[in-house]
Amino acid sequence: MEKLVFGYLALAILVSALLVVFSRNAVKAVLWSLVLFLHQAVLFLTLQAEFLAAIQIIVYAGAVLVLFLFVVYLINLREEITWPRFLSAYPLAFLAILFLLALSGAALSGFRPAPPKGILTAGALLAQGHTRILGEHLFREYVLAFEAAGVLLLVAVLGAVVLVRRIREEGR
Amino acid sequence: MEAILKAALPGIILIVEALVLLVVALLHVAYTTYAERKVIGHMQQRLGPNRVGPRGLLQPIADVVKLLTKEDIVPLGADKGLFYLAPFISLVAGATSLAVIPIWNRFVLADVNVGLLVILALSSLSSYGVILAGWSSNSRYAFLGGLRASAQVVSYEVAMALSLVGVMLMAGSMNLSEIVKAQISSPFKIYALPQIIGFFVFMISAIAETNRVPFDLPEAETELVAGYFVEYSAIRFALFYLAEYFGMVVMSAVAVTCFLGGWAGPFEVPGLPFFWFLIKLYALLFFYIWVRATLPRYRYDQLMGLGWKVLIPLALLNIVITGGLKLWW
Repeated sequence: MEKLVFGYLALAILVSALLVVFSRNAVKAVLWSLVLFLHQAVLFLTLQAEFLAAIQIIVYAGAVLVLFLFVVYLINLREEITWPRFLSAYPLAFLAILFLLALSGAALSGFRPAPPKGILTAGALLAQGHTRILGEHLFREYVLAFEAAGVLLLVAVLGAVVLVRRIREEGR
Repeated sequence: MEAILKAALPGIILIVEALVLLVVALLHVAYTTYAERKVIGHMQQRLGPNRVGPRGLLQPIADVVKLLTKEDIVPLGADKGLFYLAPFISLVAGATSLAVIPIWNRFVLADVNVGLLVILALSSLSSYGVILAGWSSNSRYAFLGGLRASAQVVSYEVAMALSLVGVMLMAGSMNLSEIVKAQISSPFKIYALPQIIGFFVFMISAIAETNRVPFDLPEAETELVAGYFVEYSAIRFALFYLAEYFGMVVMSAVAVTCFLGGWAGPFEVPGLPFFWFLIKLYALLFFYIWVRATLPRYRYDQLMGLGWKVLIPLALLNIVITGGLKLWW
């Protein structure tokens, strides 16, 4: 049963990821990535990571993709994009993909899942709750890295605002 | 045979429970529309619906029959698949949230550890219905309605999620049953008192999330005819209508569980363990209707200003205060 669910999820994730790339309509592409994210959330659920699954939907499906849709609407791509061939050397791409497949095949054939280390066994996760464990580690052990990442993101946001303002003021 | 039956029994019970919950919720939704028309009627010195059945009680059923038998029109140039899909997304996302809400001590369909997050996730998904309806209709009014809806829902979701953080901090859990139990054993009995700021922010952003007056800009009649569902007719229109009222019922139920003590009440009512839950739910639904009858619609920039400059800072302040009290008390 578990293998069946995993197989379905893996297939659905792969197919929807391909459809994201191949959709000619930008809105459809965003929607296919919504399908992708939902399947990914279910995949987290099968790994007992309830918190991650919920966050995945709230952040990616609920916020990031809605913003993507917003942007696609604003640039108004109603008609489907058709483009003459993008690269002239595209046969080389197939060669690259072939090597990539061979490499990942070689890597996966020797793959063994590592045994759980330390106190965080599956049983401990279930008993304590994923959210609590994640919170404790994030805000105690790794609080410096967490805050640094936060500041970095803040700087990026402020930078974007400053850039947009400058362009607007020059436009006046 | 018996072994199979025994193995399948939990699943069957779950399905029956889900069906019962859904049917009861649908009845509530239908009669919320009736209550709304009746209450607003009386507030405006009218009688409201009073022709179909005694006191107009069969009006919702007449409405459903009318909407079912009308012609289902798809506008020319609409994106058919998405046009069909959009109302279902809205409705299903709303209805699914009911699964994690504890109606009483022993009746919750899915006792999930991250119940609050599930509700937030589903409410963020329900905005897709509105956005896609606006886009796929291939109409200016619908498109503008969809754009407004996406901006509004994304902004108010932040405020709503932040207002619930205080509750999570106080209860120390995201499981809705645990939150209710923590409220019962707390000195205040309900979190609406210590979390008064959170409750205030939550109620306002819940009205905005469900696109109700005074925040119904995605469907502002005077500007956009009917906004995102202007091109919808018959049963698909009915689905959007249902989704809106479903949203109201779900948001009220969340407020009852997180802030008003869920199924607990001043005394036990024998035989009706869900009595207090329903009383509180009806009070909040009345509040929604009351607000609609009283307040004028906001302007769009006022709506955004309220969300980002008032509600979100208030919710953050609430988190800081709650965290501080929890730390030092």
